[in-house]
Amino acid sequence: MMFRVDRDVLAEAVAWTARSLPARPSVPVLAGMRLEVTEDHQLKLSGFDYEVSAEVTLELQTGEPGVVLVSGRLLAEITRALPAQPVDFVIDGAKAVVTCGSARFTLLTMPVEDYPTLPAMPPAAGRVGSDVFASAVAQVATAAGKDDTLPMLTGVRMEIEGDMVTLAATDRYRLAVRELKWQPDQPDISAIAMIPGKTLADTAKSLTTGAEVEIALSSTGGTGEGMIGFSSGGRRTTTRLLDPEFPKYRSLLPTEFSARADLATGPFVEAVKRVALVAERNTPVRLSFRGEEVVLEAGSGDEAQAVEVLPVEFDGDEINIAFNHQFLLEGLGAIDSDVARLQFTTATKPAILTGGKPADTGTVPDYRYLIMPIRLSS
Amino acid sequence: MSRKQQVPKVAAVQGADDTGCPILHVDMDAFYASVELLDRPELVGKPVIIGAAGLRGVVLSATYEARAFGVHSAMPMTRARRLCPHAVVIPPSHGKYAEVSKGVMEIFRAITPQVEPIASDEAFLDVGGARLRLGSPAQIAAMIRAEVRERYGITCSVGVASSKFVAKLASRQCKPDGLLVVPADRVVEFLHPLPVGALWGVGERTEQALVRLGINTVGDLARVPLATLRRELGHAAGTHLAALAWGRDERAVTAHVPDKSIGAEETFPADVDDPEAIRRELLRLSERVAARLRAGGHVGRTVSVKLRRSDFTTITRSRTLREPTDVAQEIYVTVCDLYAAAGLERVRLRLVGVRVENLRGADSAVRQLTLGERESGWREAERAMDKAVRRFGPDAVRPASLVRPKFDGIDL
Repeated sequence: MMFRVDRDVLAEAVAWTARSLPARPSVPVLAGMRLEVTEDHQLKLSGFDYEVSAEVTLELQTGEPGVVLVSGRLLAEITRALPAQPVDFVIDGAKAVVTCGSARFTLLTMPVEDYPTLPAMPPAAGRVGSDVFASAVAQVATAAGKDDTLPMLTGVRMEIEGDMVTLAATDRYRLAVRELKWQPDQPDISAIAMIPGKTLADTAKSLTTGAEVEIALSSTGGTGEGMIGFSSGGRRTTTRLLDPEFPKYRSLLPTEFSARADLATGPFVEAVKRVALVAERNTPVRLSFRGEEVVLEAGSGDEAQAVEVLPVEFDGDEINIAFNHQFLLEGLGAIDSDVARLQFTTATKPAILTGGKPADTGTVPDYRYLIMPIRLSS
Repeated sequence: MSRKQQVPKVAAVQGADDTGCPILHVDMDAFYASVELLDRPELVGKPVIIGAAGLRGVVLSATYEARAFGVHSAMPMTRARRLCPHAVVIPPSHGKYAEVSKGVMEIFRAITPQVEPIASDEAFLDVGGARLRLGSPAQIAAMIRAEVRERYGITCSVGVASSKFVAKLASRQCKPDGLLVVPADRVVEFLHPLPVGALWGVGERTEQALVRLGINTVGDLARVPLATLRRELGHAAGTHLAALAWGRDERAVTAHVPDKSIGAEETFPADVDDPEAIRRELLRLSERVAARLRAGGHVGRTVSVKLRRSDFTTITRSRTLREPTDVAQEIYVTVCDLYAAAGLERVRLRLVGVRVENLRGADSAVRQLTLGERESGWREAERAMDKAVRRFGPDAVRPASLVRPKFDGIDL
């Protein structure tokens, strides 16, 4: 086996594939990256950790078919450091030799016959614009739980109903919901999948090199068992799905409110960050809405305190409400709008954060970020 | 404890100069035993031992008549009965002691807010501020003794001194039913003849180490160069003991020492390996700890479980929760997780314990609400249980799985 490919092309492909390699492989071969040159002059690089698989395909000018397994981490470091010249990759007995300009590396190969077979890509279900998909996933994944002791909350739920995809995630303290359009292959498709949140966020971000992302589901019968695949621009990745159990979140999203506040997002973010300097972890930032003003406060009487006043367009009953500042800031970072709209019922009921738009009467915004308040003891 | 009671008695310094001696150490005499004798007057003057009668019980308290046979607190019950076979053994009734203890502490607090309870039956008082109102420290000490006797029919001993540790030694010296003032200018004279083991902070190990060095009395200790003490005992302990040997103790009486943790543990009458039974005990202990948290107005974030195997090897495992809690169900779920993760299911256990650490006041605690949370959950249910218990007694409401004979030495 041998091939020649440009350094930039190879480095990018190796780096992308190496992302999915396990940091602490359960068996040594899983630290390997599989490189295969096919009869029709394609180079396939792949990695797999039994949960997530990644494969990238490159077109070659010249090459000799064959398969090899080398340390993925090492190959990624080497290709990143090579000079900007064509790279020659040659197998010499049990060694792989990488030559580029004046640099020459010799790597030990790993037993490719011990390497597990990558799962086949499930059948394609439809397509979505890669940028829209990446931003929608980022908006939702921010609310997914990071606590591995509650695996059901670490996932992003994807509900497909015809040409509408709904993404939702919650860690019990907030809930993010995003609706977006896609092009299904079957117009009457109906499916549900629970995708590990971190994997989905990384994947969506890395697939923006192509214009569209193809989504492939191993089961479209509604149970969402098995596997989901994403492919775009020569890259494809699959991930095992989580148990589809998820809170019945739609009924938890309030639809009627007693107050509404519109704030300029930038100054609001800055002010929350400032007052939060005196708020310890998991302690609240308190917001008091009064007419044209909102007073932001943090800190306790026996320690440091901070106060800041911002103008607000407020409509409804005056309210004092408190939030974990991290949750509030992550929501404000996700709405992707110059105007942040908070809607409330009471100080102990969920508040909804959305991007406020100039003319938005009656329609449900495509992104909603629900935050549970912190109850103050007084 | 017994070791320290073997300290030779010195004559009470009556009418001694108590200027500069604002610290009182008040210690009830044979507290549990004295309280029990109130209900059993026929036993007055006889050896009586308080403690669970089970195989693994220990002596909690004993009358002076029993102590004369060498019985002392924390001694295994089997040994105590060998030493004093004709003693009457009474199982403890903690509720009764708590009630008297509370009343006694109230007497102290009526004198000064500067009360530092160090156990249910002893406390430090700083009466420096009560002098104009109530008289000299020695007069106040006499007043306390009279009041405790009159109101509760039990005796206490009071040490009066310039510092906490001298006051504590003084009360021990004059036990039972005594009062001893150690004048500020005679502290060294009082201390130096005492054996080193009498000093606060000198346990059995340190005492052995000192005796090996030929240091038998506090006076011997005072004459050892500081550098030598630091070398032999470590820097901190050496410095501390050198200061104590000269009667220097800067610790103030602090009215409120916040609890750092609240815990409960139980030794099984016989080792248990049934995970069901162990979880049931963990539930009972979680209930007890949570009730004490709520009663004290605390919430805590770190939950730990203690598991002692039959060979006495002990492991503890803890987890810090996202939010502080005073809810038994939350504590129970966490300790069960920790128990399962410890890999000791089906291992024979001798003792289990539940503890909540990282405490703070419940009133300062804010609570992150969770999505879909019910308006009233376990928190509210357990608060309702507290109310029922206050009104109808400790066994009024319990989880159904605990309504059966509990593991307790008494039931053996």
